[in-house]
Amino acid sequence: MKLGYYPGCSLRGTAREFDESLLAIAPGIGLELEEIPDWNCCGASAAHNLNRELSLALPARVLALAEKAGMEEVLVPCSMCFNRLAVTRHELLEDEELRKRVSDIIKMDYQGTARALNILETLGKLFDEGIEDKFVKPFDHEVACYYGCLIVRPPKIVQFDRYEDPQSMDELMKKIGAHPIDWAFKVECCGAGLSISRTDLVAKLSGKIIEDAVHRGAEAIIVACPMCHANLDMRQEKVEKLKGKKYSIPVLYLTQAIGLALGLEKKKLSLHRHMVPVVFPPREKPAIESKSKTKTGKVAGQVEE
Amino acid sequence: MSSEAAPSGSEQSLAVRLYDATSESVAKCYQCGKCSAGCPLASEMDFPPSQIIRMLQLGFPSLEEQCVSSLSIWYCLTCETCMARCPKEVDLPKIMEFLREESMRRKKTHPKAKEIIAFHKAFLDSVQAAGRAYEIGMIADYKARSFHLFQDMFVAIKLFLHGKLKLFPHLIKERANISRIFSQTIGEKE
Repeated sequence: MKLGYYPGCSLRGTAREFDESLLAIAPGIGLELEEIPDWNCCGASAAHNLNRELSLALPARVLALAEKAGMEEVLVPCSMCFNRLAVTRHELLEDEELRKRVSDIIKMDYQGTARALNILETLGKLFDEGIEDKFVKPFDHEVACYYGCLIVRPPKIVQFDRYEDPQSMDELMKKIGAHPIDWAFKVECCGAGLSISRTDLVAKLSGKIIEDAVHRGAEAIIVACPMCHANLDMRQEKVEKLKGKKYSIPVLYLTQAIGLALGLEKKKLSLHRHMVPVVFPPREKPAIESKSKTKTGKVAGQVEE
Repeated sequence: MSSEAAPSGSEQSLAVRLYDATSESVAKCYQCGKCSAGCPLASEMDFPPSQIIRMLQLGFPSLEEQCVSSLSIWYCLTCETCMARCPKEVDLPKIMEFLREESMRRKKTHPKAKEIIAFHKAFLDSVQAAGRAYEIGMIADYKARSFHLFQDMFVAIKLFLHGKLKLFPHLIKERANISRIFSQTIGEKE
């Protein structure tokens, strides 16, 4: 599958392991990516806090560039960027006057043909092509799939998965041999853009997410968003201080978990760049029994539709 | 669009201006309160989201003033939980966006929102200069704006050691185009 690629600023900075692990797994899963030339920041999450037209114009330039390069579908792994690009396309297609105004601001004519794809949707399509035999090292762990806010919301615009209890990431994880747990914080907000300005509030919100994941027996939290990762991994120390306990639960991008299942080296997947070390305590021998004890009788992976 | 109590005075009510600017009508809301129930930060806000809408519905200038100078509008994370659950599909995040802009325009920002606004401005400054966000520059800018000079020092060092902070920004080619986007929308840098 050949797609346009918009990494966004985070993936070239603090979330470089998302970019690096995606590019590392791409050949193995049959994905070919072509980066949008001279792309700019989409403005999330600051622009839509201060100025509406700016928050539309920045993503519109990205989309217009993609269109100019002849791309129809653009993979946008960062869920904030994905959301901004999807919302912008929707708003500009709904309001011709607005589209003209924004086109004038960016000095490019965006027609609305190029559209953003999120990472779950894209991987879902690739996995459907029957690549299960490539997962030579099953990722045999209990995982909490954390979707965050912006891949599934607003439902009317992104039109993807169930917005209260999504399943797409759980399905992907099952295919690589992981056991997704049933938990309550799949789509709760981690505190997002307040990470630097109001760390206290972020620790409070992310604390609830980490607490529930650990409580229900997850060995790792799987994410698809750089902001979620920053708040759950980089800010885990703050959360531990607030809660007065030690969690040390690794937070992996889903591309990293997939890479491990493909048998790629840890270093290629940039696992060494995390704040919380990615190590899994050795399993007690009769794993099935200890599982059922900690998980209030529920066997992992039994998320019924 | 009609509100129960039309405000007197020369300027149009906020609700009307909101509708003109975004096609979002506060009259749709019947105050079920689902937004406030689901909002992750409602308990930290001075007015929960549904109450902000109610104040706009009533439309008294004094209530509108309270909306615009509230902390709620800055605590909104745009997580969009409210909108996903709203039976009337009121786009609350868009309304909050409008109120934040209005708050800046009237210079009525809540004193406790100082750090949040400083961060947003620092972020946009770096985008305006380079075309892409540049973390070290942004953090330095934020510190200068907020006076929190030593906050997150250790985290920043750790990030650097993990190779996550780049010393120099990536400059895109068409920065003139980005400058134009900023000057046509948010205006000149402060």
